[in-house]
Order: sequence, then C-alpha cells, then structure tokens
Amino acid sequence: MKVLDLGTSSLREVNSVLQTATTGEFVVSNPQGAHALGCGLDAPVTLRVEGPVGYYCGGMNQQANVLVDGNAGTGLAENIMSGTVTVTGNAGQSAGATGHGGLVVVQGNASARCGISMKGVDIVVGGDVGHMSAFMAQAGALIVLGDAGADLGDSIYEAQLFVRGSTTSLGADCVEKEVRPEHLDFLAVRLADAEMDANPADFSRYGSARMLYNFHPDDVNAVEAAR
Amino acid sequence: MCGIVGLFLKTGRHEHELGHLTSLMLEQMRERGPDSAGFAIYGDDREEETRLTVLAESIDIDWDAVCGRLSGALDGLVSYRTVLDHAIIETTATGSEARRWLIDHVPEVTVLGFGHAIELYKAVGDPRLVAERYDLAGRSGTHAIAHTRMATESAVTTAGSHPFSTGEDTCLVHNGSLSNHNLLREVLESKGVSFQTENDTEVAAGYVAWRLTEGDTLVEALERGIDDLDGFYTLCVGTRDGFAVLRDPIACKPAVMAETDDWVAMASEYRSIAQLPGVEHATVWEPEPARVFAWSRS
Repeated sequence: MKVLDLGTSSLREVNSVLQTATTGEFVVSNPQGAHALGCGLDAPVTLRVEGPVGYYCGGMNQQANVLVDGNAGTGLAENIMSGTVTVTGNAGQSAGATGHGGLVVVQGNASARCGISMKGVDIVVGGDVGHMSAFMAQAGALIVLGDAGADLGDSIYEAQLFVRGSTTSLGADCVEKEVRPEHLDFLAVRLADAEMDANPADFSRYGSARMLYNFHPDDVNAVEAAR
Repeated sequence: MCGIVGLFLKTGRHEHELGHLTSLMLEQMRERGPDSAGFAIYGDDREEETRLTVLAESIDIDWDAVCGRLSGALDGLVSYRTVLDHAIIETTATGSEARRWLIDHVPEVTVLGFGHAIELYKAVGDPRLVAERYDLAGRSGTHAIAHTRMATESAVTTAGSHPFSTGEDTCLVHNGSLSNHNLLREVLESKGVSFQTENDTEVAAGYVAWRLTEGDTLVEALERGIDDLDGFYTLCVGTRDGFAVLRDPIACKPAVMAETDDWVAMASEYRSIAQLPGVEHATVWEPEPARVFAWSRS
C-alpha cells in the first residue's frame, strides 16, 4: 500500500502516480476538497481517499475501485465506464452523470441531478437524491434507499429507477411501473454489491412511458427488458 | 463563474480571527473569480453610530470637505477615517439619510454600504491582493461574506464588484445572473430604493433590503425572492445579526455548506470550507434549491 499525501505533494503528482499505476493499493491523505482527484484511472488499482474531495472525483473511471472516506463535490464519477466509486458521506450534484458502466455508491445523500444522462452505470444511494435525478437517463439503474426530489426521471429513455422512499414528483414521461421478480433479483444483487442493507420488496420502480422519444428498432431488447 | 464564501460565527470563540479565516476561504476561490473581489465584515456593533463605507475610485477626494458638507446637511456628528481609496464615515445621524445625501450630492463617490456593524471593501484585481490591501486577515468580527468575481453581466469595475449593499447592515453576494433585474430595478425605484450601478446583483441586494424595511424577516424576504427574482443564483446574505443562503429552484450554481457548534460556513466549493478549524467534525451538505437556510445571533 502506498500513501500519497496531498498536504506535501501536488494534485498533478498524485494523479500522475495513480494514472500510471497498473495495479496496487493507494491511499491519498489530506485531500482538502481537491478537484479531479483520481480521474481517468484505467487499471485494477484500489484507491482510498481519507477525507472530503471536490469536483469530479473518480471521473471517467475504468476498472479501478475508488473509496472516498468523506463527502464528494459536484460530478462524482462523471462518465464512469467500469469499476466502482464509493463515497461514505454525501455527494454533490450530478453524481454519476453520463456514466456508461460500473457502480457508483453514495452512502449518504446525493444532491440534484444524480445520474443525469446516465448511459449504463448503476448508482446506489443510501439516502436521498435531489431534484431532476436521472434526467434524460438512457440506460443503467438508479437505486435510492431514501426519497427522490422533484421531477425524477424527466425525459427518461430506458434507465430503470428504484426508490424505497417517497418521490416528490415524477418528471415528464416518467411513470411508475410494476416490480417483477427479475427486478427483485436485480435489486438484491446490486444492493449486495453496494453493501446496502435493504429489502428489494420495499422499492417502487419507475421508468419511461416512451411517449416523448422515438426509439430505434435496434433497441428493442432494451425496451423489452425495461418494460 | 464567481466564487462566494460566507462565515457566520455562532459563538465568540473565533471572533478574533474572523478576518483571517475569511481570507483563507477567499484565497481558495481566486480561480473562480480572478478579476475583482470584495468582502463585508460585521463587527464592532455600535448602536449610537452608523458607519458608511464610501469608495472614491481613481479620484483624489477631499474627505474633510465632504464630511463637513455632510455634517452641515444632517443632524449629527460626522467623522471619518480612510483605508486607501475607501473612507469609513461615522455619524450619529440616520444612516439611510446620510447615504442618500452622499449619492445625491457627491456623485463621484460610491456608497458601498452603511450600518451599525458592517464595513465593506472591494477592488479590481487579484482577490489575494485585494484581501491584503484592505487587511482582511487582520480584522475581527462576528460574520463575513466575500466574493471573487468573473464578470459576465457588467463591466470589471470596483463598483461592479460584490458584495452589494443598499440597506442598513444588509449585504449580498451572488454567483449567477438575474434575467429580470431591469424590470425589478424599475419596480424598486418606484418604491424609493436607489441604485448606484447597472449591476444585476445590486438589484437583488436592493430587493432584500426593501423587503426587510417592509417588515419581512430575512427568511420571509428570501422566500418571497424565490418568486420575484428570475435567473440563476446562489446568494449569500448578511444582516446585522443574521446570515442566509438561497439557491434558485434549478440550482445550477454550486454551493456547499458546513456547520459546527461554533460556526456556519458556505462556499462555492468545499476547498474554502476545508480551511476552517474543526471542519473534520462539521456537518457538510449541499443546500437544496429554493430553500432558505438562515441563522441569527441574538
């Protein structure tokens, strides 16, 4: 395990070490809200950040497992491709935005626009999500153990939304859907991956009414799966 | 872009270092607003006296003469001290009348603010240099609000820098832009509010000050503002003994808040808050849109 101290090293130095590593375990101390920490990782490394981070932590992540022991600012794990980004505290707005794959876990609350334009990432939030979460979400799943703010899933395409608590309001073309056995199975797996203790049967499911967009015949399988 | 910081002390523990802590927070926001900066600091509250912070930018002004005329026009004692191009005019006369007289009779100066506890300083240039020039770090007090500006809506001038203040002991900093400020300025002018710039944020400051004089609490004034202010904004507002934060209903402009037993802080980014003593035990959150977060010390 290698310790990188942002109190004595520059952010560029730390990111350079992380981005060129091909394997190994790293700890970053004294992050002090630094931006873009651990962005662009593309190897099966493990990164633990001891303290709060600023914007875009774990952005574009591939393969790596990133754990932030603290809060995260705007754009956590933006455009994540694979791997896992976990935050023990709260996340600022646009967590998991545009993510293509992998898993984002926020143990506390996520703010506005969580999962905006998500394209395949799975996001699990232990607390609440703010307004306009999963806006224009295209694929993947947003799983919220708490409540969802106003306009959940506005203009949604084929992502799946699961909320255990209340929803202030649903956005345009977002509707509640039946929870079928395959959804319970999926929730059980993802909740376990996220190390969240919750009963899949307690969640409601939301998705697209498909009145706002014209889908392509090639996407019929995704449409069938989300029905 | 712009950067905002605000620090409200709930106890006396850090009053001696309020300016120092605010300068540390401001330093972190330099990149968000490199063209100008300003700060308002509340302290040394004196019931019998009003202090007016007056700016004479790029001109040599005879403050003795100005204060002599002011003293003759108003019913009260007038004295002053200067801090570079700013003058702090102290008077026992009514603050709003003194402000009005200066605006009407000394058009070459800008009245940055007035009140029993507030002083404001602002200038064009690197926020670090602005803080040093007006000795932010050496000041004590109960709460402070500061701003680094990246001008989008009006020119890079000292008068266009934040914080803006139009009412007694009330000031406001803003990240964003208002879209209905011209109409709102006309409405407020018809109610007797006077403005000194074309800046949108001054209109928001005038709006809040007007609502407070109409009897609203700070929370009520800002809640009404959600309906009346159109545009993008994260606002941080200071009053004589209060502090509040409001984001517009869409909340595109960033804000993070933190609270301990000793202080409440807000900033555009966590980096600023990370400078504060005891932050490792603070509650940290992103303020929800269209919700007023307010504290008072009374």
